[in-house]
Amino acid sequence: MSNLTVNAVKEEVRAWLQENWDAGLSLVEWRNKLADSGWGVPDWPGQWYGRDLPVAMLPEIEEEFAEVNAVGVARSGIRMLAAATILEHGNDLHKKEFLRRILTGEDTWCQLFSEPGSGSDLAGATTRADFDGENWIVNGQKLWTTSAHHADYGLLLARTDWDVPKHQGLTYFILDMTQPGVDVHQVKQMNGHASFNQVFITDATVAPQYRVDEEGAGWRVAMTTLAHERRNADGMNRLNRDSGLPGAIYEEERKEVATVMEPYKWYPQRAGRVDLVMQRAKQTGRIENASVRQEIAKLLIMSKSAEWTARRARAAQELGMPQGPEGSLGKLAASNVAKQASGVHTLISGADALLTGSDGAMDGLIAEVLVSVPAVSIAGGTDEIQRNIIAERVLGMEKEPRFDSGPFKDVPRNVV
Amino acid sequence: MQFAFTEEQHQFKDVVKRFLREKSPTTEVRRLMETDDGFDPVVWKQLSDELALPSLIVPENYGGAGFGFVELSIVMEEMGHSLLCAPYFSSVVLAANAILNVGTEKQKLDLLPQIASGSIRATLAVTESSGRWNAAAVELVAETDGDEFTLQGEKCFVVDGHTAGKIVVVARLEGSEGDDGISFFVVDGDAPGLTKSLLKTVDPTRKLARLEFNSVQAEPLGEPGAGMGALTKTLDQAAIALSNEMIGGAQYLMDSTVEYSKVRMQFGRVIGSFQAIKHRCADMLLLLELAKSAAYRAAAALDEGDESVPVLANMAKSAASDAYIQIAADSIQIHGGIGFTWDQDTHLWFKRAKSSEVFLGDPAYHRELMMQRWGEGI
Ligand SMILES: Cc1cc2nc3c(=O)[nH]c(=O)nc-3n(C[C@H](O)[C@H](O)[C@H](O)COP(=O)(O)OP(=O)(O)OC[C@H]3O[C@@H](n4cnc5c(N)ncnc54)[C@H](O)[C@@H]3O)c2cc1C
Ligand SMILES: Cc1cc2nc3c(=O)[nH]c(=O)nc-3n(C[C@H](O)[C@H](O)[C@H](O)COP(=O)(O)OP(=O)(O)OC[C@H]3O[C@@H](n4cnc5c(N)ncnc54)[C@H](O)[C@@H]3O)c2cc1C
Repeated sequence: MSNLTVNAVKEEVRAWLQENWDAGLSLVEWRNKLADSGWGVPDWPGQWYGRDLPVAMLPEIEEEFAEVNAVGVARSGIRMLAAATILEHGNDLHKKEFLRRILTGEDTWCQLFSEPGSGSDLAGATTRADFDGENWIVNGQKLWTTSAHHADYGLLLARTDWDVPKHQGLTYFILDMTQPGVDVHQVKQMNGHASFNQVFITDATVAPQYRVDEEGAGWRVAMTTLAHERRNADGMNRLNRDSGLPGAIYEEERKEVATVMEPYKWYPQRAGRVDLVMQRAKQTGRIENASVRQEIAKLLIMSKSAEWTARRARAAQELGMPQGPEGSLGKLAASNVAKQASGVHTLISGADALLTGSDGAMDGLIAEVLVSVPAVSIAGGTDEIQRNIIAERVLGMEKEPRFDSGPFKDVPRNVV
Repeated sequence: MQFAFTEEQHQFKDVVKRFLREKSPTTEVRRLMETDDGFDPVVWKQLSDELALPSLIVPENYGGAGFGFVELSIVMEEMGHSLLCAPYFSSVVLAANAILNVGTEKQKLDLLPQIASGSIRATLAVTESSGRWNAAAVELVAETDGDEFTLQGEKCFVVDGHTAGKIVVVARLEGSEGDDGISFFVVDGDAPGLTKSLLKTVDPTRKLARLEFNSVQAEPLGEPGAGMGALTKTLDQAAIALSNEMIGGAQYLMDSTVEYSKVRMQFGRVIGSFQAIKHRCADMLLLLELAKSAAYRAAAALDEGDESVPVLANMAKSAASDAYIQIAADSIQIHGGIGFTWDQDTHLWFKRAKSSEVFLGDPAYHRELMMQRWGEGI
């Protein structure tokens, strides 16, 4: 990516914004313009609301948006995993029906993967989908489903064949969450938020055209979703900022943040809020303490190195070089960073780490870091699973002996 | 910012790698580490004549190849991987950079072509028996009598100090203290009044010497008393080069240990199928790759004239030190009893990891310096 092209693109987007940005439009009107122009998701294919630009260009384009306080497309949450999965495995019908409304924020999505009996062992899902000659009929229970209580659609992984080994009997569907057979109950988390849910599915229906990819190909499709989830491990932290600006479109954006984006409010905290560390250390005077400085330094080195590791992976990818091990380490690195950050915030806060809410440091924000970080090493694949993947896929080490390789109906599993 | 090697740099890495794998197998490492000189003059000559490695970072007008720190780091990484026993770090990374940073034009024209051709081997003497790497710890005094300077005092931990033909010495002017009065001098390896003794080191693949200066006549390198900036710069450059050497060594251990885990059987399975081993290897890889990113980033920053170089040097050195010694300890652990033996090779790298951990300042020292230097935009 030469400076020449960067500058040309920046100039082009600047001119387009000058011509089109209008804070008087409604949020959906504006985002439709973004979808039509390709400037909302410039890294997407030109045929589908994008401009085929490299991902590395995004920060440059975002800079231009920020310059004029222009609102972007709805980018946060599971919607982007849905979009990535549909772009890769969906047919034209799926792309036409869903992609635009994902970008405008009109539809909200959730990921119906984990179940009470299968979390790490995602391929052990027992939610079933049976074809009745007309529709797929879905029965079962999903758990930890983030934002299901706001969702219009769910990315559903369900078992369609019990007589084959477990990875081969899964199929991927798009489930309408607003139908009567889908019953959602919020689950309260240790940090007091309730962003994930229990989802009971009883005779819910999926029309045949909302199956994604082949019957039995669910595992492969789910891997695409997960790859994007792990790659964007920190993408979730870039929530749309509250611009604080007056104007109808900003009003609407604030409302969106307060409602459909509410489940993600604490996500920056779970990543450890490394950005607050120096400021807090100076304010509290703890920066004067040599052992605190050592721990801060370890944190900054770890978090910067993780950032550079991601840049290396991206740079290699852009040069068309084979991906090295650096591409598989992001999630585990982010988890280590979050844990170290939590320790550092505790050191800096001292006795204030005992307090929460309005009595706590930064109005409870720091306390929220301390009780939210444990989610990072679980959600989206636990640290242990990441280590297994790194050892087996990257280092080529032998798999453990398995006890689940026969037909799924004979595999030992949880009784729920 | 450069985050990937270019095609040419990949090719260069391959050439260096092939040369070193051939010239520095562990049988050679083991032979040379038992000698006092600690290197093979024939290999040094080949490395100078065939690959021109000592000329790498010397600018073309001083008889060098004019490459940058990214290329130097590639060489360091491969040397660390092969545990090459040679006075490259001392002569090129330390001495040549110091001369480039502080020498007068005339001195550069005189000294650098000789270093670049490999015909003289030089080193840099900074640290004394206090074992501290900062300027304030320099006590060796340069006494003046008109235009003549004589050095009085001692240096310790001098890499290849007992074999170098030229020694760049950091001294302080009489009566100065702290960062003031820091001066560079050059003395010949056989200068009258200079006593050199080889130190007994934990890591026999990197030779260290103690040098005593008893009224040794010395030529000032650059302007006496104005060496502080050059000293800081030289040490930062050296820390970055060493970080790249360390990740090369850590990479060797990573690879050889994973290979071992794939063939060693216990309890009817290869040990690499036990999660306790797999997870340890995954953590080793994470440490390695993060340290690698910091080391590469710092090297690229040097070539790009980035003003964050000092902080990046501290970050790279701290990350590489911690990663290398942890990976070395884990490697021995995964090898089991055989890993604790002299005949198995892992301990050679373990000892280099240990010596590199403290050489040029331990990780805690670098973290403290990093915090003092920390600024926006890193
Ligand atoms: C905040 C949050 C949000 C989430 N959002 C969603 C969502 O939107 N959609 C969704 O589908 N899921 C979601 N999840 C669920 C998440 O993906 C699972 O919790 C996770 O995959 C772990 O599964 P589990 O909870 O069943 O734990 P288990 O799989 O039972 O794991 C328990 C422990 O055993 C370890 N373990 C399991 N298998 C192995 C193995 N082979 N080797 C070594 N150790 C092993 C695990 O690492 C863990 O420490 C969310 C979870 C959290 C915390
Ligand atoms: C200083 C020293 C003194 C000794 N003295 C004696 C002595 O006097 N008498 C004597 O009989 N022996 C002695 N030993 C041998 C010692 O008991 C063995 O080295 C030790 O039991 C490990 O066996 P190993 O070397 O074969 O390694 P391995 O068993 O091959 O182990 C290699 C690696 O695999 C790991 N590993 C192996 N199995 C598993 C598993 N199931 N799960 C997870 N990880 C596993 C190990 O922890 C290790 O990290 C001595 C060893 C040393 C280092």
